Amino acid sequence: MHVPDGFIDAPTSAVTGVVAATAVAVSLRGARRELDERTAPLAGLVAAFIFAVQMLNFPVAAGTSGHLLGGALAAILVGPFTGVLCVSVVLLMQGVLFADGGLTALGVNITNMAIVTTVVAYAVFRLLVKVLPRGRRSITVASFAAALLSVPAAALAFTLMYAVGGTTDVSLGKVATAMVGVHVLIGLGEATITALTVGAVVAVRPDLVYGARDLRQRLRLRVNGELVDAPAAEPAPVASRSPRKVWAVGLVTSLVLAGFVSFYASANPDGLEKVAADHGIDKKAEDHAAADSPLADYGVKDVTDARLSGGLAGVIGVGVTVVAGSAVFWAVRRRRTAHPADVSPASTSGA
Amino acid sequence: MGAGHAHRLYRHGHSPVHGLPPHTKLAATFAFVVVVVSTPREAMWAFGLYAMLLAAVARTARVPARFLLKRLLIEVPFVAFALLLPFVAEGERVEVLGLSLSVGGLWGAWNVLAKGTLGVAASVLLASTTELRELLLGLQRLKLPPLLVQIASFMVRYGDVIADEMRRMRIARESRGFEAKGVRHWGVLAKSAGALFIRSYERGERVHLAMVSRGYAGTMPVIDEVTASRAQWTYALTLPLAALVVCLLGWTL
Repeated sequence: MHVPDGFIDAPTSAVTGVVAATAVAVSLRGARRELDERTAPLAGLVAAFIFAVQMLNFPVAAGTSGHLLGGALAAILVGPFTGVLCVSVVLLMQGVLFADGGLTALGVNITNMAIVTTVVAYAVFRLLVKVLPRGRRSITVASFAAALLSVPAAALAFTLMYAVGGTTDVSLGKVATAMVGVHVLIGLGEATITALTVGAVVAVRPDLVYGARDLRQRLRLRVNGELVDAPAAEPAPVASRSPRKVWAVGLVTSLVLAGFVSFYASANPDGLEKVAADHGIDKKAEDHAAADSPLADYGVKDVTDARLSGGLAGVIGVGVTVVAGSAVFWAVRRRRTAHPADVSPASTSGA
Repeated sequence: MGAGHAHRLYRHGHSPVHGLPPHTKLAATFAFVVVVVSTPREAMWAFGLYAMLLAAVARTARVPARFLLKRLLIEVPFVAFALLLPFVAEGERVEVLGLSLSVGGLWGAWNVLAKGTLGVAASVLLASTTELRELLLGLQRLKLPPLLVQIASFMVRYGDVIADEMRRMRIARESRGFEAKGVRHWGVLAKSAGALFIRSYERGERVHLAMVSRGYAGTMPVIDEVTASRAQWTYALTLPLAALVVCLLGWTL
């Protein structure tokens, strides 16, 4: 599924590149929270493991064999942030060293195979682990479902990118059917292997499986013939860096992309608009309800230069998206900081 | 590991291309591929010129054509996909040798084939003239986050170690009479994969402790800072600039 150069057009590749860079930046911070200063050697070795395990062939039947993609496995074994990092690094090295996957398609590849698979797999996994009864078997079942869904999800994400920036006019239904159909089959294999592998690790070293942290028993001491919870070790405070720099860089990049790249991208009308222009230029077709809004048709009203107005609309669009995204982010973060306070007394009494 | 940490694509040599600082080569390759991708597919002659530019680079780097062509084989799966495009794409159709093919699909197949092949060829040239360690230094010089470069460097340094560990496990399995024939044997293979993960993770912990005992505090010391003179930049950027001229001609003609 490594996408080569020229498969997805340049603006879409650029946008996915920004998405991938942002996700990797977020994962770098998240991984440091998961592994602190051990991040570099541990994530590096896990990336090497993913790289090696992709070479392990699983024979299916007479002559054919499949191999693991590893997104779901990485997410469950080492956590979502480290997982995204490891798979991204593997993809980066494959692109630069082995010419596997185009350099300009790196953003597309990372977004599909590192981010979508890992995030979908981890979300499904967490959800199922919460719902299913506590135990090793649930971990295996949840890994199976997570890996099973993660592969078609990546195929769907690819179809979406193809819809936005595909260079060939293939009907979307066909692309979606072919991609998802094939990848459901691949997903079945991936799911079986992932579940078996996670099961094998959980059986031997459950403490290493990030997704099975909940299974860990608290240390209890027998004091005067009575079981008492051992005092929990205080976690070392992680030096937090200001997110402002990351945030500013991301904002500036998206603004530049939206303003500057769309300046070129909008020079040609897209297929639909072209058809519309060819067939109904005189008829003055019925306009969309929002056609009178100041940002209608990706242009700013009263700015006559088409390219300039397209660029302006892009900049404004990014601004709105950033505000909305930040609002969601703050809301989620608020909840997360409030969360541990509610949970910790309950878990200590339950243990 | 005995071959001086060289990877499979690297070809040792002392050509002017080998001698360029790695970050200039990385930047030049990336810029070249971007230019190629943004060329209109109707300008077929432009892609011929790009191929000639790459051939000139290969000649300067003394990379034999046979070597380069063999490495291009990695593209085969996508060639198969590209060949399918004329049959499934929409739009007006033409008769070629009795087959009804889509015009848009033919253009699409050409687009993917031409740009994909040029991209792979550029990456292969980069990889065959740049050592692994140099590539990592170049990535660092191009302001990739240091942590990401560290992770990548650990991955490439220990990739062979982990792959060898996997090979030893396979030999151990086979010497005990195991042969994976089908789905029934997946359990055994998956247990090997699980064991491989545990070994890799534990090796990571040992490596970290070894680093800490040598004074590691989260950043790697930069020992050999690579720098490029203006002349070297100019030399490296000749390729993308020439390509840019071709691309602009392609848009205007």
